[in-house]
Amino acid sequence: MISTPAAGNRVLALLLALGLLSAVALPFLTVAPNRLVSGTGVALGALLQGAGWALLLPVAVLAWAAFVPRRPRQDALVDAACAVSAAVLLAALLGLAAQAAALQARDGNTLVRVSFGGAFWILAVLAWLAAADALQRAQLSPLPRALAHAAVWLPCMALLVGGALDDLSLLKEYANRRDAFHAAAAEHLRIVVATLLPALVIGVPLGVAAARSPRLARPLFALLNVIQTVPSIALFGLLIAPLVALAALLPSAGIQGIGLLPAVIALTLYALLPIVHNTAAGLQQVPAAALEAATGMGMTQAQRFWRVEVPLALPLLWSGLRLTTVQVIGLAVVAALIGAGGFGAIVFQGLLSSALDLVLLGVLPVVALALLVDALFDAVDSLLARQAR
Amino acid sequence: MIELQRVGKRYGALQAIDTLSLTIEAGEFLVLIGGSGSGKSTLLKMINRLVEHDSGRVLFQGAEIRSFAPEQLRRRMGYAIQSIGLFPHWTVARNIATVPVLLGWDKPRIAARVDELLTLLGLEPAQHRGRYPQQLSGGQQQRVGVARALAADPELLLMDEPFGALDPITRQSLQQEMLRIHRSSDKTIVLVTHDIDEALLLATRIVLLDRGRIVQAGTPAQLLAAPANTFVSDFIGRTDLGLKLLGLQTVAERVRPLDGVLETSADRIAADATLREAMSTFVVRGVERLGVVDGSGTLVGTLHFQDLLAQRA
Repeated sequence: MISTPAAGNRVLALLLALGLLSAVALPFLTVAPNRLVSGTGVALGALLQGAGWALLLPVAVLAWAAFVPRRPRQDALVDAACAVSAAVLLAALLGLAAQAAALQARDGNTLVRVSFGGAFWILAVLAWLAAADALQRAQLSPLPRALAHAAVWLPCMALLVGGALDDLSLLKEYANRRDAFHAAAAEHLRIVVATLLPALVIGVPLGVAAARSPRLARPLFALLNVIQTVPSIALFGLLIAPLVALAALLPSAGIQGIGLLPAVIALTLYALLPIVHNTAAGLQQVPAAALEAATGMGMTQAQRFWRVEVPLALPLLWSGLRLTTVQVIGLAVVAALIGAGGFGAIVFQGLLSSALDLVLLGVLPVVALALLVDALFDAVDSLLARQAR
Repeated sequence: MIELQRVGKRYGALQAIDTLSLTIEAGEFLVLIGGSGSGKSTLLKMINRLVEHDSGRVLFQGAEIRSFAPEQLRRRMGYAIQSIGLFPHWTVARNIATVPVLLGWDKPRIAARVDELLTLLGLEPAQHRGRYPQQLSGGQQQRVGVARALAADPELLLMDEPFGALDPITRQSLQQEMLRIHRSSDKTIVLVTHDIDEALLLATRIVLLDRGRIVQAGTPAQLLAAPANTFVSDFIGRTDLGLKLLGLQTVAERVRPLDGVLETSADRIAADATLREAMSTFVVRGVERLGVVDGSGTLVGTLHFQDLLAQRA
């Protein structure tokens, strides 16, 4: 707890101040006559009419929570109120934007594009942070915490699935490219899985070997570090020449200089460092006394490895895999440059046609996927940690 | 039980063990003692092949230890070390069960043995078997470490400075446990220490090592009464030699029958206390006579201060 009983919640107060500032200074939405020209900004204030004023209700609850003196017995109640208000605020922001877009559509302006402005993004992030802060304070056990974090997004998901957001520019881009979007999602996941499997199969044994032999570890980590510093686009390019040569050598193997294979090779090379490093570090932090006891009591090398070293190294290996997975989900975007597909294909299409909402259509699912996977790892982490206590 | 015949071990230029011969009889509580670098730990680890001897022969029950698979050999010898080395991801019960599991005992037998050992080491089974090592104090951890070493009822127990990292009170109570365990079983125990008081208290025989050679081997009384050379007497310490000698004998050995001289209000001392404790009591109480009581508290005799001076050893 950072606050003394009388101090209120300074984090929340800061978030509210930043929110207020952005709402005044930046446009909440931009409205453009069609998808390719840049639009004009609409401030949040202009949208606060009629039902729009309801937006201020969750803000008022958060403001009260920020300044009300905290007392131990009320804390849980205040935290719950904050989390719920923040989730409602998040959905209300989205709803307000959707309502403005729907108004345009009702007037028959089908070409008009309503996109999110700076204030929307900042307010949405701040609302999410407020929710995360409240859940953090609630000190829930792993499973309820994971469920609560998911529940924050529930109202927004309901709006999305219910079709309430369909008039927003982002969703119009989705509607135009529904099939391409779904194909990209499948490709993206395929790249990630196809990268992680070989990275684990190669990286874990290398990590074990590095932990056993410092003579091997030094050059190995030097090499992996160098690979890590090569920019991804350059690495994709560097792989084209050898793969084309290989394809010429083995015409029947179906090898190509571009596409999935070079992407997976490059991403695997990046993924090796965290996996090898964490495997080796995990094995090295196994207490020497436990190893001496294991040997002294008559465990064979294999028994010692599987019963003592592996279980004690697993938490670090697991956190290495978590880091790697999130990293690969992000890096896979760039793989679209050499024709591997995935959400990156949508991003680059958007960049080339200067359609910002199309870029977002590619980026948002990548961010969501990374957050989701990270949350899943976090949940498993906490369960493992609780078992080990 | 164990026979070391002219064994040697060399680490580069350092001769850790130098053509050393030693026979360890079944049922002995043998304490290997020496300064750092004397080779005492190396010698211990040669018995369970954690260190391989590079000359001479080591026999276990008449057979060269290299004729056994090292794992099979080690499962027949309990092993406890100063840093304890409990497995942090296993409960107390699973830790104690390490060797029985390796030997393939069935579950009910293991569970019964775990509870038996926890009780033997003074840990309440229901309360401790499900805990993890990091939830225990240092003393409790070493109790579990000793229980783990005893789990499969090994013929030989090897202990490498097992109580070196414990506070004095915890160390003392574990030393008493070890004495009790040794007396109540026919276990052969080999213990390494650098602490002469621990050696005098526990050992039936002390082997004093220096630079990989045996300087003197004998009972505690022999080492105190007839040190082989100045190295031995320096190691034992000259200033409190008399106190150490008194520490080897109990009140029961000097007690005289009840005579009429003893006042009913006189201070009492237990018959199984050492003469060293009796000495301390005389000085603290400022008396010349003590009543001696047995385990049930009955007065069985008296001890006079001058009885401490009589040489009957």
